[in-house]
Amino acid sequence: MPDKKQDLIDQQLQDLNNDGVDRRGFLKCMAWAGTGLVWTMSGGIPVSRAFAKNAGKDAGVAADFTFVQISDSHIGFNKPANPDVTATLQTAINKINAMPNKPDFIIHTGDLSQLSKPSEFDTLDQSLKAASAKQIFFVPGEHDMLSDNGEQYLQRYGKGTKGAGWYSFDHKGAHFVGLVNVANLKAGGMGSLGHEQLEWLEDDLKGRSASTPIVLFAHIPLWTIYPDWGWGTDDSAQALSYVKRFGSVTVLNGHIHQIMQKVEGRVSFHTAMSTAFPQPAPGTAPSAGPMKVPADQLQQVLGITDVNYLVSGRSLAIVDSPLGASTPLPSANRGGSLITDSVSG
Amino acid sequence: MKKNNVWIAIFAMPAIAALLMLVASPSATANDQASTAGTNVVIDNFVFGPQTVTVPVGATVTWTNHDDIPHTVVSTEGVFKSKVRDTDEKFSYTFTKPGTYPYYCSVHPKMTGTVVVK
Repeated sequence: MPDKKQDLIDQQLQDLNNDGVDRRGFLKCMAWAGTGLVWTMSGGIPVSRAFAKNAGKDAGVAADFTFVQISDSHIGFNKPANPDVTATLQTAINKINAMPNKPDFIIHTGDLSQLSKPSEFDTLDQSLKAASAKQIFFVPGEHDMLSDNGEQYLQRYGKGTKGAGWYSFDHKGAHFVGLVNVANLKAGGMGSLGHEQLEWLEDDLKGRSASTPIVLFAHIPLWTIYPDWGWGTDDSAQALSYVKRFGSVTVLNGHIHQIMQKVEGRVSFHTAMSTAFPQPAPGTAPSAGPMKVPADQLQQVLGITDVNYLVSGRSLAIVDSPLGASTPLPSANRGGSLITDSVSG
Repeated sequence: MKKNNVWIAIFAMPAIAALLMLVASPSATANDQASTAGTNVVIDNFVFGPQTVTVPVGATVTWTNHDDIPHTVVSTEGVFKSKVRDTDEKFSYTFTKPGTYPYYCSVHPKMTGTVVVK
């Protein structure tokens, strides 16, 4: 078995070389064409390769467990960029239910609602009931804390959490931490974790073995993507300093409604697509507002992210699947240009 | 058709006049001679415009959100705070004391503006 794993790693390294994806390129990897990008991490070596090329191989690897990330459902949004966000959330749930590897749970990285209205949360709850995975972990987005400092959110989704809704849990050897970086935002700033939460995080991670795979998830990216649009978290460096000693760290975010990935040392960052509407690439539009795409293309820019965790091999594969693709299989994605080294600086 | 024309004459003219006043207000601001009739700030593309407005004591400033995304208008120093304003919703505040009032959108804190009351 170890040979098989080594073969896979070799294959991936080979692909990495063939793809010519250097570190800078990897920073800018974007799956704009609505395809997927798989990456694995083995022993701290990040390896990216085209989903279309290797998905078949990947499907043959048994993961210790799988979970799915969905994000930015914005239930209640009804503008031209997507007049029916409940329907696209439903499509996302159908997609999750059709996954060959049944996910152990779902993580929702925030912006459940558009305006924090009880009726919007009700609709979300109703939709999520249809998901085969019954356990769902949430963190709030700024849209979920609009009217009441997040009281409504905490009552519904944050029972037993600390502060504005942060918490951690363990699952099959991996340690998951849900962070809140949308509360008490300061004028002129970006996302913020705050002193109290940072102290809690430091304490939460203390004493854990460095070989424990760590997954941090929060709404706004915990790495600075585009400060002009507030796409970052002011005090994320502090949080990340606490995870440096761990061999495998994965950071999952939403907020920017598009896939972006970056690897820094042993920390892999990833943002998910929205289930509601796309947003423009950084700096390519006057603002980060909802992006209107032709109706027949909408499902290519919305999607879900599933994560296959191979704890024993400390390897992790993230697959982004647009709603428009039938299943995350090679045939569904063939022909899409995957790794595009676009947008410099 | 005639009815429509009359309607336009009666109702649209004041609106057009109001628009002209709006257009004129930035120059009035520049001269520190803003009227107390009301000053408008619009939110477009995640920006408060104009970013700084100067008004006399007693003036009411009205913010209107033109984005597809909700925003708020919140005084950095806790003087005023709007509810969340969705598309085309407004928020007004009357400034009764002179001073400089920085504010921001608490949802998108990169959005900032200032009201100067003289």
